Amino acid sequence: MDATSAQAWFNPAKANLLVIAALVVAAIVWSIARARGGAPVKIRRIAGLDAIEEAVGRATEMGRSVLYVCGMRDMDNVQTIAGVTILGAIARKTAEYDTRLLAPTCRSLVMSTARETVRASYLAAGRPDLYSDDMIYYVTDEQFGYVAHLDGLMVRQKPATCIYMGPFFAESLILAETGNSIGAIQVAGTAMPTQLPFFVAACDYTLIGEELFAASAYLSRDPGMMGSLKGQDFGKLIAMGAIAIGVLLETARVLTGSGGIASISTAFIRLFALNF
Amino acid sequence: MKTSVPIAVTFLVGTSLVLAIFIPHTPFSTLDEHFSVWFNILACFAFTLGGGNLLKTHLTKIGRRERDWQYSVVTVGGFLVMLVAGLFKLGAPSWDYDYIGRETWFKHIYDATFTPLQATMFSLLAFFVASASYRAFRAKTREATLLLIAAAVILLGRTPLGHVLTAWLPEPLAFLQISNLSTWILGVPNLAGQRAILIGIALGIISSAIKLILGIERSHLGGGRDA
Repeated sequence: MDATSAQAWFNPAKANLLVIAALVVAAIVWSIARARGGAPVKIRRIAGLDAIEEAVGRATEMGRSVLYVCGMRDMDNVQTIAGVTILGAIARKTAEYDTRLLAPTCRSLVMSTARETVRASYLAAGRPDLYSDDMIYYVTDEQFGYVAHLDGLMVRQKPATCIYMGPFFAESLILAETGNSIGAIQVAGTAMPTQLPFFVAACDYTLIGEELFAASAYLSRDPGMMGSLKGQDFGKLIAMGAIAIGVLLETARVLTGSGGIASISTAFIRLFALNF
Repeated sequence: MKTSVPIAVTFLVGTSLVLAIFIPHTPFSTLDEHFSVWFNILACFAFTLGGGNLLKTHLTKIGRRERDWQYSVVTVGGFLVMLVAGLFKLGAPSWDYDYIGRETWFKHIYDATFTPLQATMFSLLAFFVASASYRAFRAKTREATLLLIAAAVILLGRTPLGHVLTAWLPEPLAFLQISNLSTWILGVPNLAGQRAILIGIALGIISSAIKLILGIERSHLGGGRDA
């Protein structure tokens, strides 16, 4: 008997992932549509984002600049995209207040994208005359070369406000401590769990993980964007429910030693296995 | 056109890459790899833009004798020296020799200049960790006190001294040994907190990706809608 093999059009090992992803995506899309339809969306206050207006105002009063850092990765990183999006919102405020904005980048593509974003913000604020390409410039791709430039810039120009939004690594504490030493108001946001403690220790406000991605919605107040945050809550509900069921099943297995419960518990855990 | 074309491309690429996770059939199975190569090609072109911008920024500074223009001379000098050394493979025994080979000037300059400078910047971290820890661990509030206690237990628990200090505890109280407490803090409350943050991050990434794919988030394209 001849056996032939063919490439499959669907990987059944990832069916669980497909179902969970479909549920979360459907919830997010539904929430966006609902918010755009006029349904009220209430989101909790995020102190770090509320402080941005105050931080830009302080820089204006002191006649100093606002330093913005988009992180250490390229435009293929979703955190960098979030960082550039927040830069757009901040640029609008610096345009309104006529405050100098500085955004050195460590990737050429980030520089190009950030320039487009900031130019659009200055235009939207009715101050295109204040925009200059010199505000956003490329430094180097090298991690510590970039950090050396930023540290030197901070020490020499003493910006009143330093904002770090995006992916950061070992340089997070070096930047935040230098900013702290010059007395700048500092707001940071990253989705790198290992760097969060450093920002929390050295900055005035820190956006933790998901808050970084929520920032653009929070600052823009666009109903569609705010709706997406509500959809995320549904994902959290699934996660909380799954954790609670998992804890109950495992506790019951340990307490009773039942083989049946052990099988159910194992099957339940497999439902959330990634199978990559 | 200025925003609708990039949004259409984002939609096409985004949905294709999501589908590629579940479809092991060609061309989907190799899409991720191909798009990475495409991104690298784009980044190469953009690097020329970055290098050009670097030269323009610093040459302008030098030309106008702006404040701290001397640093710009060092930057431009360093850039050009490395560019020439790399492009012309100075010091290489033959033209097909790797530009970062052991005998090239590029490699020598990098190892003798850039690596120590990089190490110097990195070593600053030790001092900054000390100053940040001093501020974070001041027991001014209940949370800061908890942080201080947890940090002290973990620091001691990772050293031989911590083990010796509580090694005398009898077996029923072994869970109170500093090394065990340290492992428990890292493995239970710390891990639970980290996982909660990671779940939030994952959902945030999914939400951001949907907004980008559907064109709801478009400020990175220069904002606004097509006229």
